[in-house]
Amino acid sequence: MAQIVTLAAAIDSAIHDRDSVAMEGFTHLIPHAAGHEVIRQRRHDLTLIRMTPDVIYDQMIGAGCARKLVFSWGGNPGIGSLHRFRDAVEHAWPAPLELEEHSHAGMANRYVAGASGLPFAVLRGYRGTGLTAQTPNITEINCPFTGETLTAVAALRPDVAVIHAQRCDRAGNVQFWGITGVQKEAVLAARRSVVTVEEIVDVLDPRPGAVVLPSWAVSYVALVPGGAHPSYALGYTARDNDFYVAWDAISRDRERFSQWLADHVYAAGPAGTAAASPGARP
Amino acid sequence: MTRGSATAPGYVPDEIMTVTAARLLADRMTCFVGIGLPSAAANLARAAHAPDLVLIYESGTIGAKPPWLPLSIGDGILAETADTVVGVPEIFNYWLQPGRIDIGFLGAAQIDRFGNINTTMIGADYAAPKARLPGAGGAPEIAASCREVIVIVRQTRRTFVDRVDFITSVGFGDGPGSRKRLGLTGAGPLKIITDLGVFEPDPATSELLLTGIYPGISVPEVNQNTGWDLQVSAALNTIAAPSAAELGALRNLLATRPATEGAAR
Repeated sequence: MAQIVTLAAAIDSAIHDRDSVAMEGFTHLIPHAAGHEVIRQRRHDLTLIRMTPDVIYDQMIGAGCARKLVFSWGGNPGIGSLHRFRDAVEHAWPAPLELEEHSHAGMANRYVAGASGLPFAVLRGYRGTGLTAQTPNITEINCPFTGETLTAVAALRPDVAVIHAQRCDRAGNVQFWGITGVQKEAVLAARRSVVTVEEIVDVLDPRPGAVVLPSWAVSYVALVPGGAHPSYALGYTARDNDFYVAWDAISRDRERFSQWLADHVYAAGPAGTAAASPGARP
Repeated sequence: MTRGSATAPGYVPDEIMTVTAARLLADRMTCFVGIGLPSAAANLARAAHAPDLVLIYESGTIGAKPPWLPLSIGDGILAETADTVVGVPEIFNYWLQPGRIDIGFLGAAQIDRFGNINTTMIGADYAAPKARLPGAGGAPEIAASCREVIVIVRQTRRTFVDRVDFITSVGFGDGPGSRKRLGLTGAGPLKIITDLGVFEPDPATSELLLTGIYPGISVPEVNQNTGWDLQVSAALNTIAAPSAAELGALRNLLATRPATEGAAR
């Protein structure tokens, strides 16, 4: 059964230094508040896994949380470069960043393999690209039935998956809808999981296309309204496009970034509330 | 950079690129699109002449019908107007991989004479790049598995290079036969749309050939912005300038976007 706790308690229990951590959310439902809590708790030497390490991982990389990044697309969506990511790769600031690089199809299949309890996944992908030579986790495989050459990618088994969902019930069953990305696979592939939610409700009435993760498949749930900001939570909060635009300038400069981190992450208190007891609804 | 020798044509380079791409899209085609000019072109086609064009975004929205241009592939308007929304593993495995999608749209930081694309890094050493780019995203498998690929790229000697620094997505590899040897099921990049004109692969050599040129652009100007020995089609045509209707429809897609795109509704 998932424990409904504060965000600070969830991160403290679930994420340790040197863990591999997958924070997912495909341009929607990005667990930004959880990322800030990881920074506040000064976790370091993490292997950060994410298909689209956008602004959230730019912040965590710049803050010195990461030793390695496993990813498929690292940009500020609709805006341009991730300057903290680039500074780490190009100039080792604030620390060197090892890269393991994939395509979206490869990353998605790696999560599927992890969620399925398999050591690898098979796809038609990567053939002829330069990506194959850069990591042992992509290799050719021959189909045992037809002999056709295909591509195998190693399963992802993160220590921890972190996602943001629209809501859960009081037993900790989690529900999210709209663009649901690869979050279900990430949670099921991981050893532990943290889910932040917009709202805790008595009953999860059905929503079209919703994914439900039963309480027993989740480790920790924390109530964090607005926890996806500046991304959005369909039906709850809007994408703050101005922030994505502003981030380009904030993140270009090390000093300006460090000041932003001091003002908006370190100086801010832990986000969210426990709401473990009835009546603590937002 | 100012391009072309003519007086101001009443449109900007991005607009003629977008309009030229949109004209390639026919009704009921299925089209895998990313944000930026590809999304603008696909939505323009849907607004102007192909109302039943099927737009598929890698975020899992199939048959999205946004009334304005979305800011990102994750925008709520895509999910809310889609025929169905599927997870990311499904969009790649069930929909893209088997060859169900007609057209894939890609951008490029570099493209070479065989249509191979680099969006990974600039420099000679992968481990010590001169410039780190965003990476592959969905592009390698879009380039492999869509029935055809259209590339949209602004053309300079830095982007149109003899050899890409890194092959992120395969065009025609090292020439004829490469795609078949690699088991790539789609036909590859059959149209490359730049801000100077349109390139297509030479059927005999797979090398990109200038086949169309915009009004006011000269062949020497294209040559100056090509990093290899430019080949020009004997049947080079001049591409029609965007019509007032096309420009109006395109500008309307941008103008109608609300300030709080993605908001709770």
